[in-house]
Amino acid sequence: MNFPDTTFFYLALSAALFAIGLTGVLIRRNGIIVFMCIELMLNAVNLTLVTFSRLYDDPAGTMLVFFVMCVAAAEAVVGLAIFIALFRNQRNIDINNVNLFKW
Amino acid sequence: MSVETITFAILAVLALAGGFGLILSRNPVYALLYTLLSMFCVAGLFLTLHAEFLAAIQVIVYAGAIMVLFLFVINLLNLQVEDVEQVYYNWRTMGAMLLGLGFLVELLLAFRGTGLLDKSRAGEAFSYGKVEPIGHVLMTGYVFPFEMISVILLVALMGALIIAKKHAV
Amino acid sequence: MSPVVLSLVIVLPLLGATLNGLLGLLLPAWRKQEALIGWLATAMVAVPFFILVAVFASYSGEPVHFTLLPWMATGGLEVSFGYSLDQLSLLMGLIVTGIGTLIHIYSIGYMHHDGGFYKFFTYLNLFIFAMNNLILGDNLLVTFLGWEGVGACSYFLIGFWYSDMEKSAAAQKAFVANRIGDFAFLVAMFLIFWQVGSLNYGAILSEEGLARFTPSLSFWVALLLFIAATGKSAQIPLYVWLPDAMAGPTPVSALIHAATMVTSGIYLIARTGALYVTAPEVMTVVALVGAATALLAALIAIAQNDIKKVLAYSTVSQLGFMFMALGAGAFSTAIFHVMTHAFFKACLFLGSGSVIHAMEHAHAAHDPQDIRTMGGLKKYMPSTFRTFVIATIAIAGIPPLAGFFSKDEILAKNFALGLEGHTVYYLVWGVGIFTALLTAFYMTRLTYLTFYGKERYESHAHHPHESGPLMTVPLWVLAALAIVGGWVGLPEVIDHGHLNWISHHWLAGEHGPVHNLHVAHPSETIELILIALSIAIAGGGVLLAWGLYKKHDLAGDDRVVKLFGGMYRAMQHKFYVDEFYNAVLIRPLVSLAQLVVIPFDQKGIDGVVDGTGKLTTRLGGTFKKLQTGIVQNYAVLMAIGIVVLLGYMLFLQV
Repeated sequence: MNFPDTTFFYLALSAALFAIGLTGVLIRRNGIIVFMCIELMLNAVNLTLVTFSRLYDDPAGTMLVFFVMCVAAAEAVVGLAIFIALFRNQRNIDINNVNLFKW
Repeated sequence: MSVETITFAILAVLALAGGFGLILSRNPVYALLYTLLSMFCVAGLFLTLHAEFLAAIQVIVYAGAIMVLFLFVINLLNLQVEDVEQVYYNWRTMGAMLLGLGFLVELLLAFRGTGLLDKSRAGEAFSYGKVEPIGHVLMTGYVFPFEMISVILLVALMGALIIAKKHAV
Repeated sequence: MSPVVLSLVIVLPLLGATLNGLLGLLLPAWRKQEALIGWLATAMVAVPFFILVAVFASYSGEPVHFTLLPWMATGGLEVSFGYSLDQLSLLMGLIVTGIGTLIHIYSIGYMHHDGGFYKFFTYLNLFIFAMNNLILGDNLLVTFLGWEGVGACSYFLIGFWYSDMEKSAAAQKAFVANRIGDFAFLVAMFLIFWQVGSLNYGAILSEEGLARFTPSLSFWVALLLFIAATGKSAQIPLYVWLPDAMAGPTPVSALIHAATMVTSGIYLIARTGALYVTAPEVMTVVALVGAATALLAALIAIAQNDIKKVLAYSTVSQLGFMFMALGAGAFSTAIFHVMTHAFFKACLFLGSGSVIHAMEHAHAAHDPQDIRTMGGLKKYMPSTFRTFVIATIAIAGIPPLAGFFSKDEILAKNFALGLEGHTVYYLVWGVGIFTALLTAFYMTRLTYLTFYGKERYESHAHHPHESGPLMTVPLWVLAALAIVGGWVGLPEVIDHGHLNWISHHWLAGEHGPVHNLHVAHPSETIELILIALSIAIAGGGVLLAWGLYKKHDLAGDDRVVKLFGGMYRAMQHKFYVDEFYNAVLIRPLVSLAQLVVIPFDQKGIDGVVDGTGKLTTRLGGTFKKLQTGIVQNYAVLMAIGIVVLLGYMLFLQV
């Protein structure tokens, strides 16, 4: 079995990685781990994009992956800065302690 | 079973293992290492798809830069043992797991059942895996988003500096 | 002439208003530069006047169009700031800017040392801008813009000394009375647009445009436009604001409330004359309302003692004459009377301003506008006296001064319509003749009591003195125009009307924009009799008043009282019209508001508004508990949403 017949397995794997990342975001309370789960979800999506890009020989998917990586880098920088600021205030990074938007 | 299929199977199993390790390990450093494993596997999958350039920057940017940054922060914060969280199996955890499972099922059904996967339109080979064609596309059709990304990175850099400063303004 | 130069006619007055207004507001030092302000404002009106003179001199017979800016283009409506100079608007423009220039010069002298000097000239320039829009606009909307603009300037200027509550009230009264007319104008505009699909005069008054009006529609449009005109041009039932408008500075009364703004209603009807001709019932209404207004105002004018009030009612009365002309379908004659009236009435008002100035210095204790405390001013103020007398003779209708020609033509046209079988116009004519007699009488009374006889004030303490050349030169120019202004419209009997230049060669000529009703000319004998009659009436009125007041001086009024008997009291109290409006309209409206509208507003409408707020607050109080502030709760909800949505798309949507 060669490509393109294996396409579905690639997609299924990326769906599984995404679902794992989603579950992690929903159950973990350590901010940094939540953050890493989001990175995992981004990776899963990237895998889908590359698969389709490969399948249809279309540059759009590849380009999108490239930009996603750049934005992920920017996001990681800002997010980690936020966690540092948060830790400085609260001495922990439990995201359930951040509830300033509460009514 | 071809070599390609065997390679895929090994990488896929390792990637999933990395994912489960990430969400189940209590220590953030272990979690980070599992994530790294997962990301290396994804890079390998990129290679099997002939996306060599993306595989390279996946390793360099994601694994090499971003995850190392995570590691720095974890060490910088120096979380104490009592700060390491417990994973509680309460109603929300169970619900979240069910949600994740449901989502996975739905995604699989979607990939299977819709016209997304049209193998008849499949290209013969992948012509955008190398640096040269990617650079060409980037500098012609995608030059505006490319420039915008540079602005976004600059803004993120400055924003991070401001936020993380000791006496934030 | 290039459109750029032509657009200066519109732009310069606005520029002058903006400059004077902003500089005056921002730089207190600027307010002191009276000469600079005054002459700048004058130049902004004089230059347009000279441009218009140049256009007039080189006029080829074809209207000159120019467009400043596009205004709006929505759906079927397309309107631009387009202007058109044809015979009618050119003549009106010359009157407005010409007299405007003179009055600006006069105002530099008159408003000397007034704290609001810069404001005054700002408003005056703004008024000229609006008035130019009104008369030069080539569509109804630009005319309406000018119509509202002159109304606003009139409001500002009547209430110019706004710290006096009575004057503020007069300004409000003018504004409200005008609003009623403006509303009718708007509705007429809607109807026209609905039927013709355009607001351009050219399109409305073309044959295809007029063919779209059914008889009932042209009746309503004409009537509504006439109601609009009664507001602006002070006719029954909306005339009550004009006498009160004399609260403003006297140059304002001369420019806005005598010479220009109040004639804009006549301009509007003359402009849309082709439409009026198709609605004969409205024409009759116009003529009758004009006659009634002329008579009523003349009767009131006899019993007034305030010099400006007399002139104000005289203006209302003369405007009534113009409407009589419009009603007879003699639109060009109405415009002719607008012109001659502008000359002599502006002269009279400016003269009265000069008198008021002099009396203010002579005795501050009395009302400086009351003619009972004047008298014998002719030896102190020779220029004012001479110009005032010239203007009086002109308005009284004694040839060869201007007023005679236009007034005689109005009466002749009405009589000619009567001869054609429209008997109601005999009535209009009769009223006109009687009003002409009254006009001659009250104007002579006013002149005599002001300038002749013995001084009724302490003249040895302070001599009243003549005004400076800034004020007398405009007076003399206007007096000269009041003499010769009528010669452009010589009556029919002379050379079969070929010398009636204004009607036959200019306004209603072959290419003229004014479409007079075609009426057969009465025979030459009848015309000569009519002319003789109107000269006799005018001369009789003057002589009667002259004899009466020369013999009895101020006590001559007693004879008038005896003559009119019980009616005199009513005349003195302006026929109680204000009181009538108060009792019939204003007080019921106010009590209705207090009884019904205010409770409804407070309970009903406010209740709904408050209820909405309370409901929102209560709902917010209930649902705010969803906002836990914990990020993961939001994430769970979001994930549920995505799963449900995906499920819906996969399983339920085919």
